[in-house]
Amino acid sequence: MRCWHFTEMPYPHLPALDTIDSVRVSIPNKYYDPKTGADLYQRYLDEHVIADELGLDIMLNEHHQTATCTDVAAPLAAAILARQTRRARICILGNPMANRADPVRVAEEMAMIDVISRGRLDSGFVRGVPYETFAANTNPTQTLERLWEGIDLCVKAWTTHDGPFNFEGKFWHKRQVNIWPRPYQQPHPPVWITGSSDKENIKEVARRGFTFAMFLQPHEKVKEMFDAYRSSSIYSDPEETRRHIAYMPLVATADTEAEAEALAQKLSWYLHAKTPPQFRNPPGYVPVAFNVQALKGKYTGRTDAVRTRGLDYLKEQGVLICGTPDQVFKQIKRFYGLVGGFGQLLMMQQAGFVTHDETVKSMTLFAREVYPRVKEEFAFRPAAKGAAAE
Amino acid sequence: MAVAKRRAARVKAFGMKIEVERRGTGKKPLVIFYDEEALTLDSPVLDALARSFQLIIVSPPGFGLSDRPDWIETIDDCAYICLDVLDAIKVRNATVMGFGLGGWLAAEMAVKTTHSFSRLVLVDPFGIKVGGPFDRDIQDIWFLAPDRLLALKYADVEKGRIDYAVMPEKKLEIIARNKETYARFCWQPYMHNPKLKRRLHRIDVPTLVLWGDSDGVITPAYGRAYAREIPGARFATIARAGHFPHIEQPEAFLRAVGGFIGLAKAPARKSTKAKAKSRSTAKSKARVKARTKGNAKTSSRTSVRAMSRKGKRR
Repeated sequence: MRCWHFTEMPYPHLPALDTIDSVRVSIPNKYYDPKTGADLYQRYLDEHVIADELGLDIMLNEHHQTATCTDVAAPLAAAILARQTRRARICILGNPMANRADPVRVAEEMAMIDVISRGRLDSGFVRGVPYETFAANTNPTQTLERLWEGIDLCVKAWTTHDGPFNFEGKFWHKRQVNIWPRPYQQPHPPVWITGSSDKENIKEVARRGFTFAMFLQPHEKVKEMFDAYRSSSIYSDPEETRRHIAYMPLVATADTEAEAEALAQKLSWYLHAKTPPQFRNPPGYVPVAFNVQALKGKYTGRTDAVRTRGLDYLKEQGVLICGTPDQVFKQIKRFYGLVGGFGQLLMMQQAGFVTHDETVKSMTLFAREVYPRVKEEFAFRPAAKGAAAE
Repeated sequence: MAVAKRRAARVKAFGMKIEVERRGTGKKPLVIFYDEEALTLDSPVLDALARSFQLIIVSPPGFGLSDRPDWIETIDDCAYICLDVLDAIKVRNATVMGFGLGGWLAAEMAVKTTHSFSRLVLVDPFGIKVGGPFDRDIQDIWFLAPDRLLALKYADVEKGRIDYAVMPEKKLEIIARNKETYARFCWQPYMHNPKLKRRLHRIDVPTLVLWGDSDGVITPAYGRAYAREIPGARFATIARAGHFPHIEQPEAFLRAVGGFIGLAKAPARKSTKAKAKSRSTAKSKARVKARTKGNAKTSSRTSVRAMSRKGKRR
């Protein structure tokens, strides 16, 4: 199993939450102090460099118009880290393809980062979270269609080496696509895609051999979706399938249980970021059946199950992995068993007011005392030659 | 009040099935394109209209029980389909009345052809861009908090509260799908077709544009600008009403529309007597009437310009 360090690069220094309507979409940027912001960018990038030194891999994402995430262009952060790190894989999870204006530009950016990093890029694509349809002005009923059309175009751009091709799709028209540079990795950087409830979409991810990732969801839900992936995996070797399944919890590792819980409490800032219901569920983002429940007041957005519950619930569900190194290892093992296994552990080790020192201590403890056990316990077994179909 | 019997059917057009409901026992056809929330369907106004007209209520693609193939993305697309529907069921000389989103749809149809229309009533329609790039002509209904939105839509917010919890599942499914379709067609460009304003001069039937004077989603000023683009169109506001004047002030609405559409029992005020003799005479007669009787809100400038153009076209 591989383990990845992640922070959304939050800007948590906000006015009291009862004085603002939302920390996303509509919060005025007068509350953003660029000097504080500069310090934050330096430290978050430093933490990724430290992750690299500790032997962890790096995950980046992007969001827009939100204080929860000031990485508004993951390719920029990835480009910086492509030069500043030496060993870590760098996973962008992801490029919000449905919200990007030009998939060919995305293909170029990814190819450039892949080449600069000498093939250390993992290129994830996401449809974009509900509230982002406002920032991007993407039609919420079409995000999935745009995601897949964008991916098709991007992958074709990566894998075409004999001169220009044309593309006339539903959302994009291109007359002479011929990217320079082409990716370092062949045939292209590994592709990752996130999902939360749409099984048909997950099966499509599996059929294409892409890595499937789930974030911060209760274990029963995670197992259901991982099972959907496994049922349609193109890999005949189950180990290869497992390698393409990823999960992200909040992770807090500390010397004592009490210290870890205090850290977890700070991490959970992210789950309680104030966002009004109309931003969480724009029309058509989720299927009609969900919105029937919404009309009845029984559904107010995808993330409610984890947003409104306490730490005990989060821990029980595997949304939060938290404790001493030994406890953290055991919780990972338990969750692994509950969901039928997975190959990539994406760790949100920083959020909200978790300080630099706290973050570094937590990730260092994890890297030194948990990761070796994780690597051993969940090592990828090489498939016997010719026995792949077993 | 006797509630008109409802007879629904699905009509084949454009390779899909479109829900068409008929109500009323009258002979004169009145085509209804209901509002984006389909509130019109249960409004007493329709019962009143059904006493004089044969109501033909067309659910656009993705609304009600109508199909919505993926290729349909705009109200412009819907207009072609609904024109085919009217042809398929042989509607001629119809008064066409559209509310909100339905008004936009009716306008999109009318700029293409009015061969089944005798006159047009638009009630608080969306559909055009009036101001500059930085002007928010139409409030962002998907961004606003529910209470704020309610206050913009209604003069009296109590009239706008809806208790979904008591509704049957089947109805909720239609409402949820309607909401999805609404966003699919109207998210971007937001609630308008950038081309429509330039096309409105093609509307060649007498047109009445009605507006709730308290519509905070799209203001009466927008409505006046809309009416100015339609040759000879009359514009009137309805007091103490927001975005759904026919629901908030049904009697005032019927008074405002009665004379124009020839509604029986309506107070005999400003009757155009535009009975469908031959289509062209009825139209030209009504147009002249609209021009001469039109109040200050009527734009004679666009009217004259469009008439000369029309002369060339036909």
